[in-house]
Amino acid sequence: MAVTGMTRTNGLKKALPLLLPAYGWLTLAIFLPLSAMVYFSLLTTMSSTTPSLTLANYAAFFSDPLYAVLLLRSVKLALLVMMICVVIGFPAAYVLAKIFKGRAREAIFLIVILPFWSNSLVRVFSWSMVLREGGILDVVLNAILPFKVSVDLMYSYPAVVIGLVHSYLPYMVLTCYLSLQAIDDALIDAARSLGASRTTILRRVIAPLALPGVLAGSALIFIPVIGSFMEPRILGGRGGTLYGTVIEDQFTAVYNWPLGAALSFILLAVVLAILLAAAPVLRKAA
Amino acid sequence: MARVEVQNVQRAFGDHKAVDDVSITFEDGGFYALLGPSGSGKTTLLRMIAGFEFPDSGSIRIDGAAVETVPANKRRIGMVFQNYALFPHMSVAANVAFGLEVSGQKGKDVRRAVSEVLDLVQLGDFGKRRPHQLSGGQRQRVALARAIVTKPRVLLLDEPLSALDKALRTTMQGELKRIQREVGVTTIFVTHDQDEALSIADQIGILKDGRIVQSGAPEEIYDRPNSEFAATFLGDANILDGTVVEGRLRLDNGAVVALPLDSTQTSGRMRCAIRPERVRLAVRNAGGRAEPGATVVWGTVRRRLFSGSFSRYAVDCGGSELQAIAQRGATRDLAIGTEVELSWDRRDLIALS
Repeated sequence: MAVTGMTRTNGLKKALPLLLPAYGWLTLAIFLPLSAMVYFSLLTTMSSTTPSLTLANYAAFFSDPLYAVLLLRSVKLALLVMMICVVIGFPAAYVLAKIFKGRAREAIFLIVILPFWSNSLVRVFSWSMVLREGGILDVVLNAILPFKVSVDLMYSYPAVVIGLVHSYLPYMVLTCYLSLQAIDDALIDAARSLGASRTTILRRVIAPLALPGVLAGSALIFIPVIGSFMEPRILGGRGGTLYGTVIEDQFTAVYNWPLGAALSFILLAVVLAILLAAAPVLRKAA
Repeated sequence: MARVEVQNVQRAFGDHKAVDDVSITFEDGGFYALLGPSGSGKTTLLRMIAGFEFPDSGSIRIDGAAVETVPANKRRIGMVFQNYALFPHMSVAANVAFGLEVSGQKGKDVRRAVSEVLDLVQLGDFGKRRPHQLSGGQRQRVALARAIVTKPRVLLLDEPLSALDKALRTTMQGELKRIQREVGVTTIFVTHDQDEALSIADQIGILKDGRIVQSGAPEEIYDRPNSEFAATFLGDANILDGTVVEGRLRLDNGAVVALPLDSTQTSGRMRCAIRPERVRLAVRNAGGRAEPGATVVWGTVRRRLFSGSFSRYAVDCGGSELQAIAQRGATRDLAIGTEVELSWDRRDLIALS
């Protein structure tokens, strides 16, 4: 036991130079600004030279039902985007991990991660070219279909969903791919030799083993989408008013930083509460 | 339980013919080994019988019915995989029950069948464990139990013992043999390990480059290999090249020996094999010449490999080297450099095609 203790101390000493940059950076880049935000959220005002501390900003959330309504709307949006990503992303990841091999896999993989290479703002604006009336989607559909249709999805809730799914789908494909790829093909062969049909294999072998990847992808999508503001702002118009855009307004338009900070921390609390509630399921899957 | 007939089966991957015109019949209840080096096509052949691969041409029949286009889940075949392929998220009992549940059986019947088969493989108390809590040998037994619980028509084993250490492998070979006899299922066993094939199977098929080189009972193939490959892959063999002259064989090292008993060749080149344990070793008599007609070759001991109950000698005979195995106790140990005479019964000399 003494020996293991010693190697562990030694190991830590050796690991320190490797850990320090990351943890030092995290402290600077997250912990300090976050502390500042906690402080801001408790201020009465930013402009006064002698600010006093208050909980009024947190109380504001509860006094006006609009905030709760918008938060609920954001949660629903995040759930919808997450589920669409599972439905679209899982089959794609399955094909990548289990059907394609070699060159074909690399090519398709490239298409999946291509969105990461472009600026997210550019991506969102390019969607506005597609979705608006007289836009690319409108023109193409009218060219294909024999009857006249008018497609104007711009400045609507569906536009926000489309934009967000596009932005976050790669996360789902990648996490699902990793867990699917780790499944030994012999397990699938074994299930088949035991008489299982494709759907039975998917349900009883592949899905349970791929669940950690699906859950990881879901968390990676759910958390940022709840607080998203760029896609709702650009693609959603009036239909894009969400909890995230309200927070953004406090910082950029209204200049009420204390309220914006307080609303952010309430969001953080809600996300943590949801993750905590899901913890038993997550632990079981892992 | 069933008879499996493979007829003129071919399977190519790109330009590579993995299985090239193979025909072989596996009789009902037999225990067969497909033996060959890696890349010989033995696993591809097994996977075609299982239904994971489909032949480009040829037919596979189980009890007379053609199955070569039937998918794996409809063939009623049990398979044990090289790395066991146990479902890691299920208990041992759930792994074994899987095939029964898939076929629609429920409740008490499943539980009884699972506990019976776990008793058969001597893992009666392990039903609740997870695969990662088991040793290699135990996983092997679970994989076997899972494959036979559904009463498959044929049991296929793909190098099932290669991941085990030597002692455990020997135990499992005996276990496998016992269980196969008890269940009586036609069993096809793929291996690259010649000792395993010899000790476990009733019948062996030797594969090379996608073709069956020779098939038959282990003793038959060992005693009468039909090619240099069969002779050297299944066991060790001294290969002797020579020319047939006047009813005798003049070896390339100059020695003249009797022809193999079953040889009818009267002239030309000939290649023969002799097993090292069939070669007798004796210290060469000073001055004594062997009488004409005896199969005697002279040489000098170059190396000796001591293996406990026997010693293996490498003897230099006029430039070519012969291996001989001598039981210790039966003969005195020979020192390196000793002049020896090697002899054998001409019945033990095997003519190779």
